[in-house]
Amino acid sequence: MKVGLFAPCYIDQFYPQAAVATLELLERLGCDVAYPRGQTCCGQPMANAGCAPAAEAAHRHVAACFEGFDYVVGPSGSCVLHLREHVEGAPDARYYELCQFLVEVLQVERLDAAFACRVGLHASCHGLRGLRLARASERQEPPFDYVAYLLDMVDGVERVPLDRPDECCGFGGMFAIEEEAVSVRMGADRLADHLRQRVEVITGTDMSCLMHLEGLIRRRNLPLRVLHVAEILNGSGEARNG
Amino acid sequence: MNDGARLAAADRSARVRHADRAARFVADAGQTDWHDAVLWRIRGKRDAAAGRVEGWERLRALASEIKEHTLSRLDEYLAAFEEAATANGAQVHWAADADAHNRIVRDVLRARGVRRVVKSKSMLTEECGLNPYLEARGFEVVDTDLGERIVQLREEPPSHLVAPAIHVRKEEIAALFHEKLGTPADADDPRLLAAAMREDLRARFLAADAAITGVNFAVASTGALVLVTNEGNADLGAHLAPAHIACMGIEKLIPKPEHLGVFLRLLARSATGQPLSVYTSYFCRPPPGRELHIVLVDNGRSRRLAQPDFRAALKCIRCGACLNTCPVYRRSGGHSYGATPSGPIGAILAPGMDMKRYASLPFASSLCGSCSDVCPVKIDIHAQLHRWRQVAAREGYVAWPKRWGMRVAGWIVRSPRRYRLAGRLARAWLRHAPRRLRYGSWNAWGRARELPRVPDRSFGEWYAAERGKK
Repeated sequence: MKVGLFAPCYIDQFYPQAAVATLELLERLGCDVAYPRGQTCCGQPMANAGCAPAAEAAHRHVAACFEGFDYVVGPSGSCVLHLREHVEGAPDARYYELCQFLVEVLQVERLDAAFACRVGLHASCHGLRGLRLARASERQEPPFDYVAYLLDMVDGVERVPLDRPDECCGFGGMFAIEEEAVSVRMGADRLADHLRQRVEVITGTDMSCLMHLEGLIRRRNLPLRVLHVAEILNGSGEARNG
Repeated sequence: MNDGARLAAADRSARVRHADRAARFVADAGQTDWHDAVLWRIRGKRDAAAGRVEGWERLRALASEIKEHTLSRLDEYLAAFEEAATANGAQVHWAADADAHNRIVRDVLRARGVRRVVKSKSMLTEECGLNPYLEARGFEVVDTDLGERIVQLREEPPSHLVAPAIHVRKEEIAALFHEKLGTPADADDPRLLAAAMREDLRARFLAADAAITGVNFAVASTGALVLVTNEGNADLGAHLAPAHIACMGIEKLIPKPEHLGVFLRLLARSATGQPLSVYTSYFCRPPPGRELHIVLVDNGRSRRLAQPDFRAALKCIRCGACLNTCPVYRRSGGHSYGATPSGPIGAILAPGMDMKRYASLPFASSLCGSCSDVCPVKIDIHAQLHRWRQVAAREGYVAWPKRWGMRVAGWIVRSPRRYRLAGRLARAWLRHAPRRLRYGSWNAWGRARELPRVPDRSFGEWYAAERGKK
C-alpha cells in the first residue's frame, strides 16, 4: 500500500514532530510511506478568507504532488477536509486524516505505545463534523469516536471526560485574528474545562487548534501542555513527557 | 422620531463590524459567562428532547425534503394557498418588499379606523421595520410577547429569535418595569415582574382594535395558518380584536396538514427542548363579523430562490437552535450581528439583503459546523457562510490588505522553492526578532496568545537529512 504523507504547511514549519510521528507510526503499521518533497499548502487559508481563486494554484499543486498514491494521509482533519472538498478530481476515498486512516483503512486494533498521563481530547470541528471522526454531541446517533478509540489502545493514557466534549476552541484560521476577542474567549473557556478535569495534556487531530490553545496556555502560565495525537499514538509523546 | 428610533435608523445604514461589537460584548466577562451558560443550557435541553424522539435524524431529513419540495414549486403552492385562504374568507395581500408590506398593513388599519394594535412575535415584521413605520404614522403598536415587550420598552431590536430579551438581566428588567409599569423599585422576583406585565398587557389586549401576528406555517391545501407561542399572546390578540392581520414570508408554506406533524415535532424541541409549545393554534377562517388579512411578503425571497448556493436558507423555521449552539453567538450576543435574525442563520440571510452593511457577518464564524448539525431542516449554514465569504471578496467587501495577502500567499505556495524560503524566513524571524517587534500592536494573535515556539528544522528539512538517502 503506497501512502503519500501530507504534512500541512504549519506542521511542516512549526510542528515537524507531529509529521515525524505520523510517518513513523504509519511505517510501523506496515505502510510504504513517501513524502513528496514539493508539497506546500492545501489552500485552505485563502479559500476560508473568501479568496478561493488565490487557492486554485495550491489545489492543482497538491493534486500533482500526490498523483499515483493509493492513499494520502495527513495529521490534520481540517486540511484533509479541505482537500476532500476542494481538490479537483480527488476521489473522496484517497485523502485521509491520520486517525480516520488508522480506523477505517488499516483497521488498527492495537498499538504498541505508552503514555502515562491524564489526557483531555480536543475534538477539532472539521474532523468532527466534516470528516465525522466522532459523533458530534448534537447528533442523535449511536456514539463513536475514532480518536478516543485509538487513544484507549495506548498504555497509561487516562482519558478524561469534559463538560463540553466538542465545543469549538475558537481557532478558525483568520477568525483567530479578525475576531480576536471572541476567539480568545472561546479558547479560554475550553482551557477552563480541561483545567476543571485536571487534565495534564490536551491532544487532538489538529495542531492548529492546539497552537491556539498553547498560545493561551503559555501566556497564562497554565499547568497544561498540548501534544498532537500522532505523537501519543506513536509512543513518541512519552519521550517528551516531563 | 425619538432618540432611540433615530439612533436605530442611523445604525441601520452603517456597516456592521461584528468583531468590534463582539469585542465590546465579551469585554464584560460576567455577562458573557451568563449569556453563554443560559444558551448552552437550552442547547442541552434540545439535545435531551431530540434524543427522546426515535429517528430524529430521519425526521430532520424528511423536514428538509418537504421544504425543498415546497420551494421547488413555490409558485404553485402560493397560488393554491391564496385560493384556499380566500375561500375560507380571508383576504390575501401580496407584498413585493418591506415597504409594500408596511403600506398594506397601514391601509388595512386605516380602512378600519384602527389606532391601537397588539402584535405577537413576528420576525418578518421586524425584518420590514413595521413598528417604527406604524408608530411614525400615529398608530400605537404594543408587542405582547414578554421578551418582545421588554426590548420594545428598551427601544432596541430583539437579540434572539426565540428569546428576544435573552441579553437583558433580571435586575435591568426590574429597573425597566419600575420605570414603565410602576413596579416597586427593588422588586426583581420574576413572577412578580411577569404578573405586572400581564396586568399591563391585559388592558391593552382588551383595548386593541386589531391584532398583528406572525405565521409559523401556512398550509397550501387548506389555506390555514399555524402559530405557536408559549404565552398564548397571539391567540388572545387574534381572538379579541375585530381584525387579525397575519404577516408571513412566502417561504412559510407547507403543502398539506399532515406535514405539520413533521415540523411541529421538530420546532419546539429544537427551539427550547419542549415537546410542543404551550399553544399551537390553527387559524382557518375568520369568525363571523371579523376580518382575517394575510400578507404574503417576498422581500428578496424569490431572488434567493434563484440562487442555488443560498436558496436552502429559505427552509428556515426560525427555531433558533443554531444561535444556541453557536459558540460565537453565545459569546458575542445577538446585537453584535446588527441584523434580525442574528446568529448563524442571520449571518447567511443578511448578506443577501444588504451585502454592504453585512459583509462582516459571514466571517463572524469559526466554521465549526454545529449550526448545520442542529438545524432541524438541515440548512447547510456553515457551507453557506463559506460561500458568502467568496461573494463578499468578489464584490470588494474584503479589505485590501487581506485580499492582497491571500494573493501573495497563493503565489508563494504555488512554488515549493518560494514556500521553503518563506518558511525559513518566518521561522528565523520568530526565533530571532526582538519580542517587542514580534508582539507589536499589529499582531492581533499576540495580544492574548504566545506565538508558537518554532523548530530549527522544518519537517521537509528533517526528511531530507534523515530520509533523503533512503
